[in-house]
Amino acid sequence: MTHTVLVTGVSRHIGARVASVLAADPDISRVIGVDTVPPPSLTRDGGISLGRTEFVRVDLRSPDIAQVIAAADIGTVVHMSLVSAPSRSGGRAAMKEHNVIGTMQLLGACQRSATVRRVVVRSTTAVYGSSPRDPAVFTEDLEPHDGPSHGYAKDAVEVEGYVRGFARRRPDVTVSMLRFANFMGPGVDSPLTRYFTQPVLPTVLGFDPRLQFVHEDDAVEVLRRMATEDHPGTFNVAGVGVLLLSQCTRRAGRPSLPLPAPAFTTLGSAARGLGLVEYSPEQLRLMSHGRAVDTSRLENELGWRPKFTTAAAFDDFLRSRRLQPFGGGRS
Amino acid sequence: MSVPDEDARVIPISAAPSYTDEPEPLAKFLAFLRRRIGGDYDVDEFGYDAELTDKVVLELIRPLYHHWFRVETAELKNIPDEGGALVVANHSGTLPLDALMLQVALHDEAGRALRLLGADLVYQLPLLSHLSRKTGHTLACREDADRLLRKGELVGVFPEGFKGVGKPFSERYKLQRFGRGGFVASAIRAGAPIVPTAIVGAEEIYPKLGDLKFLARLLGLPYLPITPFFPLLGPLGLVPLPSKWMIEFGEPIRTDDYDPSAADDPMLVFNLTDHVREVIQQLLNELRLRRGPAFPPLL
Repeated sequence: MTHTVLVTGVSRHIGARVASVLAADPDISRVIGVDTVPPPSLTRDGGISLGRTEFVRVDLRSPDIAQVIAAADIGTVVHMSLVSAPSRSGGRAAMKEHNVIGTMQLLGACQRSATVRRVVVRSTTAVYGSSPRDPAVFTEDLEPHDGPSHGYAKDAVEVEGYVRGFARRRPDVTVSMLRFANFMGPGVDSPLTRYFTQPVLPTVLGFDPRLQFVHEDDAVEVLRRMATEDHPGTFNVAGVGVLLLSQCTRRAGRPSLPLPAPAFTTLGSAARGLGLVEYSPEQLRLMSHGRAVDTSRLENELGWRPKFTTAAAFDDFLRSRRLQPFGGGRS
Repeated sequence: MSVPDEDARVIPISAAPSYTDEPEPLAKFLAFLRRRIGGDYDVDEFGYDAELTDKVVLELIRPLYHHWFRVETAELKNIPDEGGALVVANHSGTLPLDALMLQVALHDEAGRALRLLGADLVYQLPLLSHLSRKTGHTLACREDADRLLRKGELVGVFPEGFKGVGKPFSERYKLQRFGRGGFVASAIRAGAPIVPTAIVGAEEIYPKLGDLKFLARLLGLPYLPITPFFPLLGPLGLVPLPSKWMIEFGEPIRTDDYDPSAADDPMLVFNLTDHVREVIQQLLNELRLRRGPAFPPLL
């Protein structure tokens, strides 16, 4: 039986790695990667070899994606194309359109398709929000008190809503939704990794949030398994354990600068205006109240647990950026 | 160069004069400092930093425990050595110092970390919320209580909440209403024993004679007390009175013979909650008699 996989968002790091892993799998006959921009060149921008992945440049917001799915007899769709921060040119409106309308188009095309048997969607633990009134550790079934009200997290909540609707309408399709903690690792470039490479780390005065990371290798492995085996349901994906923000700054050997919450927001938007880093309101809440999730459902389903703990993932990231705690490395 | 006499030169390192099995206190302190500065320590998923709690926070409270309140404990054998259990205690004293004393008692004398379930107000305040997480406590909600008990932790709860800690001095040692009995349901779901606990002494540390209700509402606080010395003496009025304290742990009430689904039977949960409340009130009355006056008669 031939097995064709469609991967969206291949021009970004994790998407590219997933596509190349799937392309190396002999059981998969074709891997088609789509994205709105071409993948970065291998030699200059540190791109990743996509193997025999066929790249198609498609704007997810347009109905072209339906043609790709119809033409190639796609069996599995891995939807990775969720943008976490507005691009400098497009801004928030374009980001929201890309995330939400893009997912709607893709799911619409999947619903029409007679060949799609499996859909894997990348979501985020940000859908739980961060609040002092919620339990310390989120399980998949928990309804948060204060769900996210804007930004990336809101997009993810909406995307999840459409995915659930799709799963209801096509019960014959296996739908896996993965809520990833923040990616961490040598190749990851996210608002959070950029935050940790600043010379001074602003924090919110009086708050020391719990953070959780998932190593890129583990994220790729989870996505590979979900794309090649049937694991229906919603799963949290995170490295074991938590790190406090104060632990992270100490491990990175960077001085932290505690600011009262209003100053943190003001400085954040100023830095954003200069294009340095993004501080969105939900990031302020994460930096105040933190978030941890329970991953036992994923571990039971796969019979596997992430190779990197949260702390190990962060240390691997620090090694790749040559960051060390004060007074040298740990023994 | 001459070859040295081997028998004389080679001595086992443990016999060397400078060698000791225990590292020097200074070396230990430097290693501690190095771990803290490098961020190389563990916190659990609730944010509990056991090392910080033991070496710094409790160290600051211990003088208060031993010398100011002269806390005495009784029937520590009722605290299980391991596994989940729910310590249910009376709450009093205007400021929740009884929570800190109970934590020191269980940590130092029973060797168990106390994981308290706190009011949501605590978790909205800067500094306090994260200090509370680092010392092992979390928000009082069903999910966190169940999770801690399932992990075999010793969970503590003050079911009277603000009604207890903020009650007037005239109502001392009278238990207030016990919330909605959520703690009993959690214990039943986990099959964990309930240890009724009486704390005597906290009632007298800040005798609350009145309440500045208007100011309290303005500041978003549940109450703002008037004591004999506060706000009269300003910050000096915050020094707690050195009352004599006693903490007694009662016989554990088993919940493992109930089916976990019994937690959804409100009648059963209410009855068990009332039973726990009565046991604590009785313990409290006896222990108060045993302690005698809160302050030694002046010479």
